[in-house]
Amino acid sequence: MTSHTATDPRAAAASHAEGWWQRPAALFVFGGITLALVVGSLFIGVYDLGAEGGREMFFITRVPRTLALVLAGSAMAVCGVVLQQLTQNRFVSPTTAGTSEWAALGLLLSVILFPTASLNVRMVLASLTAFAGTMVFMAILQRIQLRTTLIVPIVGIMLGAVVSAITTMIAVSTDYLQLLGTWFMGSFSPVVRGRYEILWVVALVCLAIFLLAHRLTVAGLGPDVATNVGLNYRRVMLLGTAMVAVATGVTTVVVGFLPFLGLIVPNMVSLLRGDDLRSNLPWVCLGGVAIVTSCDIIGRLIRMPFEIPVSMILGVIGAAVFIALVLRLRRTA
Amino acid sequence: MIKLADVAKSYGDVHALGPVDLDLPRGGITALVGPNGAGKSTMLTIIGRLLGADAGTVHVAGMDVTTAKSRQLAKTLAILRQENHFVARLTVRQLVSLGRFPHSQGRLTTECVAAVDRALEFLDLTALQARYLDELSGGQRQRAYVAMVLAQDTEYALLDEPLNNLDMQHAVAMMAQLRRAADELDKTVVLVIHDINFAAAYADRIVAMTNGRIRYVGSPREVMTPDVLSDVFDTPVEVIDHPTHPLAVYYRLS
Repeated sequence: MTSHTATDPRAAAASHAEGWWQRPAALFVFGGITLALVVGSLFIGVYDLGAEGGREMFFITRVPRTLALVLAGSAMAVCGVVLQQLTQNRFVSPTTAGTSEWAALGLLLSVILFPTASLNVRMVLASLTAFAGTMVFMAILQRIQLRTTLIVPIVGIMLGAVVSAITTMIAVSTDYLQLLGTWFMGSFSPVVRGRYEILWVVALVCLAIFLLAHRLTVAGLGPDVATNVGLNYRRVMLLGTAMVAVATGVTTVVVGFLPFLGLIVPNMVSLLRGDDLRSNLPWVCLGGVAIVTSCDIIGRLIRMPFEIPVSMILGVIGAAVFIALVLRLRRTA
Repeated sequence: MIKLADVAKSYGDVHALGPVDLDLPRGGITALVGPNGAGKSTMLTIIGRLLGADAGTVHVAGMDVTTAKSRQLAKTLAILRQENHFVARLTVRQLVSLGRFPHSQGRLTTECVAAVDRALEFLDLTALQARYLDELSGGQRQRAYVAMVLAQDTEYALLDEPLNNLDMQHAVAMMAQLRRAADELDKTVVLVIHDINFAAAYADRIVAMTNGRIRYVGSPREVMTPDVLSDVFDTPVEVIDHPTHPLAVYYRLS
């Protein structure tokens, strides 16, 4: 028996999953570029490192800031890919599923209820609300009959808007509005030694997601196929959501919102390499680090000696890349 | 064997199935036929534990499908639903490899790789294995889904309309391959099928259903009579005797 379908040679050449992007060398090159950005970030700033006390400053601000970029960047990108697998929708990410907004609500509540609590307590509360909120999102999704590509993120964005309105209302009535503005404007400038170490938690989360990768790939084919091959779909769903909630909660507490990162990085990787999660995860991590680091460097350079928050740069670049991706995805879909 | 006892299912107020009792022996091909809404897919999905029944019990190879360990069941029973739409961009080979998940939890052994190769070969997909699913035609994709089920290498395979989207050549090839799987690999295949003539040509048993009930169970020769078919499908059907199998003719009302 032979296949009778005529193949477009151009499509065949482009479609084979054995292209340049599948080679280990490609990962090496991309890793090198990312490393260069990260090292660059260490040496960009207003303070003259050669001056007296430069060494101390290097370890008090530059190193923590750069590590925070690496951790938060990879965490948000990985969270995006996990949520996209769990919802089987390319347009879901922590900032379009309401996860970040719920984390913000938890953070504000922790400030009001436990004014003297440590960063760790705030982080736990933010993660808990992020988890509860994302589960609400998932529960709503399961009840929706018409799960089209666009309905899913719209539900998430609406849910996020409602939660964020409640957060703002609470902040207004308790005089915390200003704190809200500065805290959630995703920025790495306040990251110094002693204020970022908690971010290492997200490294653990990334590791756990790597171990769970095959299951998440199977879950990405939907509950029926997952059950058919003997996967406990509900458990994977819960575990995945919990990990996203922890990573988002921690990142929100330490640096604030990082819009678009969880959206554009997984989609770019998917376009280039398909959706085999295990082999994609290093790419997703590196992509998140590269983009967030570039944006932070741009934010530091544009108006030196002042800084533009990274979330603003991310918003501008992210929106442009996102529109390009939507157009590209529509063509290939 | 597959054993259903008093199985019933409703969707809200709509009665979909049962109560039905059915015993299917091990081995061979069983075809579920009947008009739209007869409950064929509902019954298949309940046997494949993707849908819970409201009442009754289902046993496959001695295991109660609602209480048995899902991972253990996945090594015994594989099911392919009618509608499959995957958002994930996977290649044919990656998809078929996921069929090995019950055996390897994602870490493919050499045995797994061999099973994947066999399944690809079996469905004539070796040349297409590096292609992404979203770049295939409907029929090629359908073959990839069936290959995934075959790679799972279970004793029982339940397929809901495996001939969906297949052209004549590939439909015949698919049925011949399922026949081979039953004969050579000793699989038990249960399928929902629309084309009654394919059922007559390849199945060992035909189960005819209407309105959520099982009406007739028998060999193709027993079920393929004008009276039975006209009754089941509520439309006049003639049966012509062909040397290898009976042939239903129902295309014109007069």
